[in-house]
Amino acid sequence: MEKFQNLKFKINGNLVEVIVSPDELLIDVLREKLLLTGTKKGCGVGECGACTVLLEGKPVCSCLLPAMKVQNKEITTIEGLESTSIGRKLQESFINHGAVQCGFCTPGMLMAAKGYLDKNLNPNKEDIRKAISGNLCRCTGYKKIIEAIYNVVIERHGSEGDSND
Amino acid sequence: MNEKIYLIPKNIEQCLDLLKKYDGEAVIIAGGTDLMLSLKEKKISKKAIIDITEIPELKKLQFTDDTLNIGASITHAQIAKNIWIGDHMQALAEACNSIGSPQIRNIATLVGNIVNAQPAADSAIALVAMDAKVEVISDSRVYLESVENLYKGVGKSKINSCKELVTKIIIDLPVYGSGTAFRRISKREALSLPVLNVSIFITIIKGKVKNVRIAIGPVAKHPFRPVKAEQILIGKQYDDSKAFKEAALMASTEANPRNSIFRGSKEYRSVLIKFLVYDTLKVAIKNAMREDVR
Repeated sequence: MEKFQNLKFKINGNLVEVIVSPDELLIDVLREKLLLTGTKKGCGVGECGACTVLLEGKPVCSCLLPAMKVQNKEITTIEGLESTSIGRKLQESFINHGAVQCGFCTPGMLMAAKGYLDKNLNPNKEDIRKAISGNLCRCTGYKKIIEAIYNVVIERHGSEGDSND
Repeated sequence: MNEKIYLIPKNIEQCLDLLKKYDGEAVIIAGGTDLMLSLKEKKISKKAIIDITEIPELKKLQFTDDTLNIGASITHAQIAKNIWIGDHMQALAEACNSIGSPQIRNIATLVGNIVNAQPAADSAIALVAMDAKVEVISDSRVYLESVENLYKGVGKSKINSCKELVTKIIIDLPVYGSGTAFRRISKREALSLPVLNVSIFITIIKGKVKNVRIAIGPVAKHPFRPVKAEQILIGKQYDDSKAFKEAALMASTEANPRNSIFRGSKEYRSVLIKFLVYDTLKVAIKNAMREDVR
């Protein structure tokens, strides 16, 4: 017998309350209960990053988090990205740089990138590679994704940045 | 999974009361990056999950006069980013930075990595080299134990997470003349288990090796210390390359890795140990001789 529990948290700026079972995973609450299907379920074991969301601003794998872990906390998903300036810039840059092919890794990539750029003002390309090292992409070969993110860094600074490739 | 309830105690007393109440039928979760997989795969089945990450005392990274204390909820990311640790305990910072991915490091805890008891757990390898201890509360008893002594077998810790709470890791502050290093070989740069990892803690006084601890994984059922190799180094000059090579070779002989489909052949890994121990030793000595942190 499971005891269903009350889960209250903030998602993309909005307070929500949802009933969950104690073993339910955050990704399932997001997709099945809140119908926010932008977050993708890839491997389900925390090794591909497709399910990346921000927990209090930090990139985490939602497939490994028990939903109850976010009690009274703040989550940002891909659906919340466009409400921030840097989120919109990342989305535009990904499209302009051809960084989206099948699109499955894209939400996770964008969330990992946003989480990183929010805390790191002037990364070089090597830093960006490490920031997305938890996100697998089977299509692009990563180059255009890294360029798209780096482009946002350069534009944010209005300077040449680090030309390290 | 047949868990009945997810509990979030606000302090240590509440946590201990819950452990007692459930009498072995509850399990402690911190980050949960290993535990959630075990629960999913039905390797464990409990009536309650006790989440310790909202307990303030366990979130502390604290200095005392002689030690650095790392609370049970401290994540690998917090250690990897810490500037003081990066300067004074390089092995720990680098080991923590090598685990999993940014997403995993943001959630997974060092204490959890110890309790999960994998022989090559990178942060545990660094902690064994540094002779770290843990504080454990069991029933009403509080005790300290060396991380090195916590291994019963692969994946089997002496800590019972259904009855005991590890509150913190305790590491002696580096003494004058000591340095650490950590090196890791893996198939990929992220989301990749180690083929081999080595961590070394060394103290050089008046140009001679006073003390050295080497930890290697995964070459045994627990983090492995090649004690004969360590003995070779005691008393040697800080630049005695011949002695280092001898010690590295001895470490390789003592370690005796097995053939592994995932990690590599016995022959390959034996050679790798030799080079890895030698290289790591040189970095550890260089760190020990640094004037700017003395």
